Amino acid sequence: MSAFLPETILNWLPDAIQLFYLVATGFFIRGVKLLNSPGTARKGNQFAAIGMLIGVLVTLFDQDIVEFELIIGGIIIGGLIGLLFAKKVQMTAMPELVAVFNGFGGSASALVAWGELARNPDILSFDTTGLVSIGLSVFIGALTFTGSFIAFGKLSGFISGNAITFPGLNVINIGAMIATLGLIGYFAYDPTNPTLFWVILGISLLIGVTSVIPIGGADMPVVISLLNSYSGVAAAMAGFVLQNNLLIVSGALVGAAGLILTNIMCKAMNRSLVNVIFGSFGAAAGGPGTSGDGDKTVRETSAEDLAIQVAYASKVVIVPGYGLAVAQAQHIVKEVATKLESRGVQVKYGIHPVAGRMPGHMNVLLAEADVPYDLLKDMDEINPEFTSTDVVLIIGANDVVNPLAKTDPTGPIYGMPILNVDEAKRTIVFKRSLSVGYAGIDNPLFYAEKNQMFFGDAKKSLQALNEALNEV
Amino acid sequence: MEVDLTLLMFIFALASFIGFELISKVPPTLHTPLMSGANAISGITLVGALIVAGSLGNPLGKWIGFAAIILATINVVGGFLVTDRMLEMFKKKEDEK
Repeated sequence: MSAFLPETILNWLPDAIQLFYLVATGFFIRGVKLLNSPGTARKGNQFAAIGMLIGVLVTLFDQDIVEFELIIGGIIIGGLIGLLFAKKVQMTAMPELVAVFNGFGGSASALVAWGELARNPDILSFDTTGLVSIGLSVFIGALTFTGSFIAFGKLSGFISGNAITFPGLNVINIGAMIATLGLIGYFAYDPTNPTLFWVILGISLLIGVTSVIPIGGADMPVVISLLNSYSGVAAAMAGFVLQNNLLIVSGALVGAAGLILTNIMCKAMNRSLVNVIFGSFGAAAGGPGTSGDGDKTVRETSAEDLAIQVAYASKVVIVPGYGLAVAQAQHIVKEVATKLESRGVQVKYGIHPVAGRMPGHMNVLLAEADVPYDLLKDMDEINPEFTSTDVVLIIGANDVVNPLAKTDPTGPIYGMPILNVDEAKRTIVFKRSLSVGYAGIDNPLFYAEKNQMFFGDAKKSLQALNEALNEV
Repeated sequence: MEVDLTLLMFIFALASFIGFELISKVPPTLHTPLMSGANAISGITLVGALIVAGSLGNPLGKWIGFAAIILATINVVGGFLVTDRMLEMFKKKEDEK
């Protein structure tokens, strides 16, 4: 587009582009900052989008860009597909969508590096920095691509959510990563052999598969967050290839932010990142659930009985979990809550940091069902309130309310922060059966004297409760 | 344009520090939108794709750049829109009328 500009402007155009890149960076930083608080988050996302728009528009004036057919075509096609994805996706499928977008972002960075290499007729025109950056972009971008799609497959059920692993796989993975870095070094030393590039690309794609396959399905959100960080780093590496400041800064920003976010999620699950990546949690604990002593009894409740209990309570806390998300029961929960509120019952929601299918996912699902976010209480906020709560409705959650996390030092979830529902006057567990949760251990809460079980599909049970409330 | 590698690495390191600082105290409520928002920003690689596809050179390289534009644009447009769709639903109690 620079061809349309007069000579005088062309002289300071490169500097102007850099200045606008700086403005775009400012929008990104301000945007991420605003994303930190629920009240300003939407504005933050819009800020970041404006930053992106500035970055893209300004780049079109770059004097190297002389042909626009592919650019216009690519943006129209990509824009329409992106629009379709964003409008059509169900909120319950957010983890899958983020995984797919991640894969696209990572592969785009790898393609940018590869395209830059292929576009230049003389490979020897690249210096060592350029070649190392190309190698690293391709490596990180390609493994982000395949890793994200394995994660997507596990989340959507195409690939078994179980941890698929065999002894020595971790060693092989680490060995392959070191070997790839070595190959990239050799590629920078002698780029004339085209096979080397293909080998680097191939191994990188493979590493993405073999390093995500051994991780259990419920750990996928952490993996996606980590891959998101990688896709940022891949973009920054592509920035080194093109010597483009905006790519380097934004990529580094996302890379670092993603790493911190990954760490926060790990903390919420009381796992270390190393443990998530190499631990194969799902495989190790996947044995038969400990049946324990056989004389434990559970108390069952019915919709009618439960309706009376909650209708005459003064404070009810709802603890939603993964099962609620799977049963898509968030709207009916809101209906029940509204009925209780109209009777003067105080209703709050206690949200465990890892409730739902990814951290923070439950908040999105309940927001979709029009539950105001100030009723959604984080674990630290709700825990002191349980002693004054009459009834806790635990819907499709299991491990996050398991008292063994506090009492059994030998158990696999010992030390994981949980919601202290056992301090309430009564707990009701909505569940299909007494089966074990993801951690593969029994839950003594089910057999506690203060607890009653409401067996059945979460959505159907809530519908029954909702109808029964009309009769009370 | 010759750019000093040290300078680029300097920029990279500083931006990483800013990223670390920015996310330190984010409430769990926003983890999902934040992840998808950060994801959209990583689509910045679109800027690189534009340069590769729009500059002169070997057609193969330009077509690879074209593929990169499509993928990065899906990431950018889809990412920002879906994040907005999520955050639009976050309402405070007082706003409910």
